[in-house]
Amino acid sequence: MSAIRLRGLIRKEFLQVLRDPSSIAIAFLMPVLLLLLFGYGVSLDPAHVPVAFVVEQPSAATAQFTGAFRRSQYFQVVPMADMPQAEAALMAHRVDGIVRLRADFAARLKDGGDAPIQVLVNGVDANTARIVQGYVTGVWGNWLEHYAQSQGQELQPPAELRTRVWFNSALRSRNYIVPGLIVVIMTLTGGLLTAMVMAREWERGTMEALMVTPVSMREVLIGKLVPYFILGMGGMVLSVVVALWLFEVPLRGSVWVLVATSSLFMLVALAMGLLISIVARSQFVAGMIALVVTFLPAFLLSGFIFDIGSMPTVVQWLTHIVAARYFIAILQSVFLAGDVWSVILPNSLALIIMGGLFLLLIRRSARKRLE
Amino acid sequence: MLQRVWALLIKEFLAVLKDKRSRVVLVVPPLIQTLVFGYAATFDLNDLSMALYNEDPGVAARALVADFEGSPHFHVTHTITRQEQIETLIDSREVLLVLHIAPDFSRELVAGRSGPVQLIVDGRNSNTAQGALNYANEIVLRFNREWNAANGLRALPAHIESRAWFNPNLLSRWFIVSGLIGTLIMLVVMNVTAMSVAREREQGTFDQLLVTPLTPLDILLGKSLPGLIIGVVEATLMVLIVVYWFDVPLRGSLWTLYAGVVLFLFSAIGAGLLISSLATTMQQALMGSFLFMVPSIILSGFATPIANMPEPVQMLTLIDPLRYFMVVLRGVFVEGASFSLMLPQLWPMALLGLVSLSFSAWLFRHRLN
Amino acid sequence: MSAPNAAPAAGAPVLNVAGVSKHFVSGERRIDALRDVSLHALGGRVTGLIGPDAAGKTTLMRLIAGLLEPDSGAITVLGLDAAREPLAVQAELRYMPQRFGLYEDLSVQENLDLYADLQGVAPDDRPARYRELMHMTGLAPFTRRLAGRLSGGMKQKLGLACTLVRPPRLLLLDEPTVGVDPVSRRELWEIVYRLVREQGMSVLLSTAYLDEAERCDEVALLLDGELLGHGPPQAFTRDVRYRSYAVTAPGLKKRVIQQRLARAPGVIDAVVQSDAVRLVLDQDAAAVAERLLPGVDAVRLQPVEARFEDSFVALVRARRGEPAVAAGSDDGVEAAADGDRAVIEIHNLERRFGEFYAVRNLSFEVRRGEVFGLLGANGAGKSTTFRMLCGLLPPSGGEARVAGVDLRRARARARARIGYMAQKFSLYGNLSVLQNLRFFSRTYGLDRHRSQNRIAWALDRFDLHPVANANSETLSLGYKQRLALAAALMHEPDILFLDEPTSGVDPLARREFWQRINALAEHGVTVLVTTHFMEEAEYCDRLAIMAAGEILALGSPESIKARAAIGGVAASNVEEAFIRLIERRPAGAEAA
Repeated sequence: MSAIRLRGLIRKEFLQVLRDPSSIAIAFLMPVLLLLLFGYGVSLDPAHVPVAFVVEQPSAATAQFTGAFRRSQYFQVVPMADMPQAEAALMAHRVDGIVRLRADFAARLKDGGDAPIQVLVNGVDANTARIVQGYVTGVWGNWLEHYAQSQGQELQPPAELRTRVWFNSALRSRNYIVPGLIVVIMTLTGGLLTAMVMAREWERGTMEALMVTPVSMREVLIGKLVPYFILGMGGMVLSVVVALWLFEVPLRGSVWVLVATSSLFMLVALAMGLLISIVARSQFVAGMIALVVTFLPAFLLSGFIFDIGSMPTVVQWLTHIVAARYFIAILQSVFLAGDVWSVILPNSLALIIMGGLFLLLIRRSARKRLE
Repeated sequence: MLQRVWALLIKEFLAVLKDKRSRVVLVVPPLIQTLVFGYAATFDLNDLSMALYNEDPGVAARALVADFEGSPHFHVTHTITRQEQIETLIDSREVLLVLHIAPDFSRELVAGRSGPVQLIVDGRNSNTAQGALNYANEIVLRFNREWNAANGLRALPAHIESRAWFNPNLLSRWFIVSGLIGTLIMLVVMNVTAMSVAREREQGTFDQLLVTPLTPLDILLGKSLPGLIIGVVEATLMVLIVVYWFDVPLRGSLWTLYAGVVLFLFSAIGAGLLISSLATTMQQALMGSFLFMVPSIILSGFATPIANMPEPVQMLTLIDPLRYFMVVLRGVFVEGASFSLMLPQLWPMALLGLVSLSFSAWLFRHRLN
Repeated sequence: MSAPNAAPAAGAPVLNVAGVSKHFVSGERRIDALRDVSLHALGGRVTGLIGPDAAGKTTLMRLIAGLLEPDSGAITVLGLDAAREPLAVQAELRYMPQRFGLYEDLSVQENLDLYADLQGVAPDDRPARYRELMHMTGLAPFTRRLAGRLSGGMKQKLGLACTLVRPPRLLLLDEPTVGVDPVSRRELWEIVYRLVREQGMSVLLSTAYLDEAERCDEVALLLDGELLGHGPPQAFTRDVRYRSYAVTAPGLKKRVIQQRLARAPGVIDAVVQSDAVRLVLDQDAAAVAERLLPGVDAVRLQPVEARFEDSFVALVRARRGEPAVAAGSDDGVEAAADGDRAVIEIHNLERRFGEFYAVRNLSFEVRRGEVFGLLGANGAGKSTTFRMLCGLLPPSGGEARVAGVDLRRARARARARIGYMAQKFSLYGNLSVLQNLRFFSRTYGLDRHRSQNRIAWALDRFDLHPVANANSETLSLGYKQRLALAAALMHEPDILFLDEPTSGVDPLARREFWQRINALAEHGVTVLVTTHFMEEAEYCDRLAIMAAGEILALGSPESIKARAAIGGVAASNVEEAFIRLIERRPAGAEAA
């Protein structure tokens, strides 16, 4: 191992990244784009959901009920004359739901006769529909309490559910999407970019020229690992800074745990990228493989957006070979809960095993030969 | 002209399909992805692990516990006896939520008062937490109504009757799986077309094409038809999987669906060829299509509703062809939407395709080297 | 390990290759790249590894550099076993691969720094070493330029400089002169000889240029993975002594003489050289004019000195059992007979890229049936001119008419009458030979019947039957070239554009190729060709030598040689004329 040779390789790699538009696109443009899109553009929390209100016989009671919805930030009340009109609006996606108060609403309310409130949602987007239903129930509960008070009664439901949400009490989806995004961004530099740049050296014939110099294969590999490690960690730091200050995600764990586990994951991602590029010596093939085995799983099979526990057993089993899954578990805890060792240790162990395995495979398959 | 386009078409197909590996790459991954992601990408929450901390031996508490145990959404994995255990279980993510019933719950209920039930939820994944809360609320509401009815108590003054159109059980799989068709055929078709011109430029054969009497229109047709044909075949396979494997209803007419498929492919091919004509190397084309596809999938409303996005981002989605196709897919599959109802989605795709294709045809000859 | 810095005594072997074999497996096919090859290289000498395309030169280089392991046999480099101690070997030798191994997105200086780091040059020694190398290669003014933006010749010199940043004892150069113009080629050879002379370096160099073989001290001739001969070049030429002649016959075009000689009995080789046709006869064939050119008067056969190329052709033809002319020369193309009028007319053509003039003030015309050559260093504007004439690039100014059609108006109509063969024989690699031909015949609008006829013709004339169903990317360069030409001729064009049609192809394939071109010209097809091989320029009726976007000289090869006269003595060949004309220009022009 020679420090001068390593330095030369590392400097070369940095210069190449800076001069290659596609490397810059993956290393810098893509993370920023993803952060902005996800941070600002993507949200599972509906707000101002347009809901059609069909009040068949307006009265003080119905006005009070509608008022509760008007005050809620979740809804935008769209009054409609009758059901056919409201249904047409629902069909055309102009509203996401219908609340219908029948003509006898006020009367039954007065008699304590369990007045029905009909709620219709468009079930196509089931997730949104469910969330809207949840919000409706919430507004309804508040209104019920108000109503009881105004009647001088005390509302006494038999079981009263008091919920406490730990770690993310406002249930902001941004708080869990942004940590997940960091994982995706690091996978991008670690897996995709690394796989492509190594394959590029084979394709352009520079690998052959490198190999006839006195460098050892280990130096070549370290010369690739170090720059992209720094680049990936740079992406991580950028994302963390954006997460903390722009998107106001809390960081409850300690910084050193964040750095240590990120470095660990970065190594695993890099090892994957190198392994891919050793198998595939053309950029095109390397890019395709990296996309399919690193990027898409980091998105879909890691628990980033979709809950792993709700997947079928076979698919759940499959997620165990996705490194991103372990790191997402760690990151969500470190950001929102703190240094929870019972999460950090087993997941880190899984990452160490994966990383070790990949490095072993690289060592075995990367020989300083052209065959 | 027909003959020239035909020759080009055959050549393009040979270029893509002659190699066994690329044949496999084109067909197998999208189908496997449809299956895996069809299962993996779901917002439906099942068997959420929960712990019970029941301090009340009474009847009411037992009934409530039974309601939770009977729900398909929850799976009671732990029964605990001490307050401190809650933290351990939630912190380590062994359970998502803990239901705590205080010792006097049943006594209060029998006395006609409210009995408090505490639910502690892990909010690290806010979407899952939100879903769990909604399910728990539903269970408690039902429990209350039943308790009131059984004990002859006065019901609440009003109640909600909720119904969902088109998808009464609110299966998010219907939503995701139908959307997967759009996402995956976009991946395949962009790949085929984005490479097509760039590969020829890199290998120098594009010049060879340009010196033949082929007109830009011939080249355009020859380059887009393979993508269109492959896309339609692939879409058909996926529709079959979605309908017969995932049991998603196909309520609208096939002809509306295929109008959407063809127009979407038209616009996706336009984008692919545009990227391809701008690129000089295959690597640039690969990067370009990647940089195009990731935002267009995110902004399409595939996983998260467009309505939740801020206004400027919503404007941006207007140039995303996938956005329109998503509406068509879900409209035709789940809502049974008619052709005329889908018209506002169809013409923007046609327009996007027309613009991008004309621009790439112009670029064939006018790109400076 | 032997003392690393002591130069081996001149004449002592620095490299010994003993009975080396190497095979590769591609799909189900087994390719024997090298079969039982033994050779050696001596210290302080230049050893040439000569052989046509796919002879196994690169494989041997890689084996010597320890990048591949031989199946059998042993390679000893400076006393070290290349297979067992590759790292130690790599510390002692330097190797420049075919594409020079440069990082194109790094500047000249950055490339040098990288290789200095990798080869462990002490920081204190660097400035002096850099200065020396930059001076030697003439790259000093360009140290900040990106390697990718250098011309081919400059890249080659930078590649050499990077390889030499720490002077080795043994230098391996793999086809260092491919795709490089003659001036740069000559400069490279000067550098190599200086290294050998001043530093006692040993050089092993592979090349497909046979004239370069004669500059080597020793030559190893490889063919299809086997060693055909090993020794000083003179030893090779000795075998063909007294069999070479220069043939002239007044009243006959030399192209015609060459064609007829090539088909005459007992002829091993006939090529156009300067004003005459160079003839190599079979060992026992008699040099009798009546037998060689029956019915031609006043034929002069002048004995000439044998050269390496003669022996090469003789050896290879004997080995492969090929006749001098592989295919019939009647290529069945009959161009529209419209007299000797000009079919390409260019007047004040220019092409700007921003502020930069790639081509300016270009005027010439080409008549029907003429073979017109466009020569120039890399970056002289040949390709740009070419692309404009084919309708690939719109001109920024001036007029150009091809086949009577104004290129600014009806390019599509002009295209139907031209055939185009792009650089590097651009074919669809994963389509078979047959599929490629079918595709091109269809795109040119040939109907089914005619298309079938033309494909049958192409398979026959170009000897493509044995490879008809092979994917074109698996073909050797020679076959690719034939296929590319066949594809360009599918629609029987009046005008043929050939962009570096022989680059990288071995001398035999080149001969065959020119045979066909000549025949086409005889049938009235107009041919416009660019080339780096100056001896090929002799086949042209007229030449234009370009530099910095302008025409430097225009005329027949003879008139150009006369223009390059020094002290009233004309240049002896086009290569010399070219170098003289380029060097007479004001300095610094290559920087463009």
